[in-house]
Amino acid sequence: MYVAVKGGEAAILATHDLLAEARRGDNAVPELSTDQIREQLGLAVARVMNEGSLYDPRLAALALKQAQGDAIEAAFLIRAWRTTLARFGSSLPLDTAQMAIRRRVSATYKDLPGGQVLGPTYDYTHRLLDFSLAADASEIPCRPPSSEPLAGSMPRVPDILGREGLMESEVPPADDGRPFDLTRDPVSFPAGRDVRLQSLARGDEGFLLGLAYSVQRGFGGNHPFAGEIRMGEVAVEIVPDELGFAIDIGDITVTECQMVNQFTGSADQPPQFTRGYGLVFGHAERKAMSMSIVDRALKGSELGEAARYPAQQEEFVLYHADNVEAAGFVEHLKLPHYVDFQGELELIRKLRRELEEQRAGRSSTPHVEKKEGAE
Amino acid sequence: MTGQIPSGDAMPTVNYAYLDEQTKRMIRRALLKAVAVPGYQVPFGSREMPLARGWGTGGIQVTASIIGPDDKLKVIDQGSDDTTNAVSIRRFFARVANVETTEATGEATIIQTRHRVPEHPLTAGQILVYQVPQPEPLRKLEPSELETRKMHAWAEYGLMHVRLYEDIARFGHVATTYSYPVLVNGRHVMSPSPIPKFDNPKMGQSPALQLFGAGREKRIYAIPPWTEVKSLDFEDRPFEVQRWDEPCALCGAADSYLDEVIIDDAGGHMFVCSDSHYCEERRKAGHAGAMLATSTGGKLAASNGGDR
Amino acid sequence: MTGVATMPADTGSLLEARLVSRRYGHHIGCEDVSFTLWPGEVLGIVGESGSGKSTLLRCLAGLDRPTAGTVAFRTGDCMTDIFAIPEQERRALMRTAWGIVHQNPRDGLRMSVSAGGNVAERLVDGGERHYGRIRAAASEWLTRVEIDRARMDEPPSRFSGGMQQRLQIARVLVSGPRLVFMDEPTGGLDVSVQARLLDLLRALVRDLGLAAVIVTHDLAVARLLTDRLIVMKSGRVVETGLTDQVLDDPQHAYTQLLTSAVLAA
Repeated sequence: MYVAVKGGEAAILATHDLLAEARRGDNAVPELSTDQIREQLGLAVARVMNEGSLYDPRLAALALKQAQGDAIEAAFLIRAWRTTLARFGSSLPLDTAQMAIRRRVSATYKDLPGGQVLGPTYDYTHRLLDFSLAADASEIPCRPPSSEPLAGSMPRVPDILGREGLMESEVPPADDGRPFDLTRDPVSFPAGRDVRLQSLARGDEGFLLGLAYSVQRGFGGNHPFAGEIRMGEVAVEIVPDELGFAIDIGDITVTECQMVNQFTGSADQPPQFTRGYGLVFGHAERKAMSMSIVDRALKGSELGEAARYPAQQEEFVLYHADNVEAAGFVEHLKLPHYVDFQGELELIRKLRRELEEQRAGRSSTPHVEKKEGAE
Repeated sequence: MTGQIPSGDAMPTVNYAYLDEQTKRMIRRALLKAVAVPGYQVPFGSREMPLARGWGTGGIQVTASIIGPDDKLKVIDQGSDDTTNAVSIRRFFARVANVETTEATGEATIIQTRHRVPEHPLTAGQILVYQVPQPEPLRKLEPSELETRKMHAWAEYGLMHVRLYEDIARFGHVATTYSYPVLVNGRHVMSPSPIPKFDNPKMGQSPALQLFGAGREKRIYAIPPWTEVKSLDFEDRPFEVQRWDEPCALCGAADSYLDEVIIDDAGGHMFVCSDSHYCEERRKAGHAGAMLATSTGGKLAASNGGDR
Repeated sequence: MTGVATMPADTGSLLEARLVSRRYGHHIGCEDVSFTLWPGEVLGIVGESGSGKSTLLRCLAGLDRPTAGTVAFRTGDCMTDIFAIPEQERRALMRTAWGIVHQNPRDGLRMSVSAGGNVAERLVDGGERHYGRIRAAASEWLTRVEIDRARMDEPPSRFSGGMQQRLQIARVLVSGPRLVFMDEPTGGLDVSVQARLLDLLRALVRDLGLAAVIVTHDLAVARLLTDRLIVMKSGRVVETGLTDQVLDDPQHAYTQLLTSAVLAA
């Protein structure tokens, strides 16, 4: 096999070596293991799994290591890997009502069946640097389990509202119920809710956070309440064709957020609350909350609300939420563009030359009018 | 949940040419549709590739779907075989498709290109695969995809000529130098990808098949061999291509697209062929441009694809 | 003004509205509106704001689909239900057979495209591909609507409100439509500017033999421009008739109120 080896190629190979060196850093410092990343940088791992659209903490940890901690680069690695994986089918919808809860908070009720479960969160910490973490390894003792077990039933807040008819119901799709897969099929507009939720779930956390914030600041027009946020483990079930019944293939950690928004009603509907939905892999509350606010904003067109602001415009949100695509296209500006630039260079010179000629009085009337006169 | 972390080199178990066969079939179906309706943008399930979006993933997926071990692949970027992205894509296919690569335009069965059409005329049986960043020629006039698809469906292309009108009214001529829109087969307005308008005339009535892949935007389109491709213009303001006052400083060619190369701190420059292989072949055949004798010219000749 | 309201029936009608209704949920935009418009006739739709005038106009002009009823337009020898044909054909009619002058010029103009380019658009939509001819036509139409040719290559954002309105008119009329819809064409303009625009409109309609449907809350505008009037209240037609007749001898209590309000002012 003949592969041309020339200057460009040798230089490219050299960058690979330099990158490996930069990634490793000082050889005197022990190398990070992917197990350490998975166990100790869990929130970064969750972000990579979300934006990479693949639930695999070990591969996400590897991607983070390979990408020197760059979450977008790591998501990119995961997605390219994901392309090569075979599809076995769709899972059944996750039943988050059956979640093994580690955290569950509601901002709409002071108390509710099952209670508030605070769980592991930064929410109630003071953001002071903890220098004890900079010291050498310390073992954190396990908290003894609470003497009072969690309630067996933890109804989801929108379901509670739904029983009273106060919450819009989510109607399952009329077709066979298999969701659209935006990683396999091209999206067309207007997009279905399944497409929107998928796009948001893999969308850039920073972008969605910014959009959600814009909705809250008035570039959106509805006021969200955090009806409920829950995090914990849920079972994933699939129905293999050859069996015909559901089997449990394992548990995954997810964070779910349901925002409650007021809706004044329309011709067909009495006033009721509407829902914004967010569901993400791992513990990722900020992402789940942002997702649910933007989901609700995008529902506007179905509810007859004017789409005035970026967060309400489906094409805008869906086309620009994907950070792997966005990063690729922004960074492609590093590629040579000298052929096109040459065209622009010549054009600018030509336009300047023509203007100078006009100014020099070689043409007393503007060229446009002159040309007209000739016709 | 996806099994073991593979050991060793990064690409252990991928299919021939990276994509699985189902995906290739899906892309080939899109290609057939594109060939059947020249210039029409066919949506396709663009996959996430190990190269970045905007760096040629559309072209790579098209090439991956049509390539076989008997093919000979040439990859150019800005007309040159030796630019970083061309090298990277060529290495990718050499690795995943075990394919022979070449720099000779005449020898290649598939040429993947970014921003240029080779100077050497293409022949029947060759396939030119364009990398396309923005497939929608109307996008700058109309940001909504929903609306632009209607405009194509109903051939509502008036706005495009308004844009040309504006240029002529303001500048005296059309101020678009690349991505100059074309009408394909008398029906669809199409973006030629960001090739210089100099290359537009090469697209029409070409004996080769031309395929266009936009990975990020998830669109494929095509120009079958011997198809009419017309650059948009007015009857009384016909389309014109760029011309240079001087020939290539290295090979003396007066018929090729030239890049400007800065040769000193004082802004001195010379013009050389953008198509490095074309330039090299001409020099081998004994043609010499004005700068070739000087030391600067000789050095640049080497970096522009000369022998090492 | 032109007296075409009594045009012989054998010339055929241009536009027919039959029981046109448009509801927004429980809210009524307009309900059961029927009328016939004849070629060359200028019809005014008057009423207070919120009476459904603009809603009706949007249905008639093909912008919004009525929730019930039909709108038929003459194409050749027959009347075509404009909402029964594919969107593609309706859009083609909207570009060639009629035009819309919006109350807000931003809705009717491309603000980033030059005045000449704005006028050129409907010509290139119609297939014109000769720059010189387009340029000449645009220049002529700008002159007809009293816009200085020297400002042809400026964007409308630099124009005054009155000029923007006149540019909208040129942009619509350049393709030779048979019908023009106008939504409060003098709204938001100074009185002196209004008078100039009304003069211009009157002359254009007369010279070109155009039919027009003009929505206005200003009865003075209606008297000056229209042959016949439809008076609307709460989405329904309460009175119709020749303009002079309706304004000078209003029959419906609401119309009497409207006309007396004008007299009082």
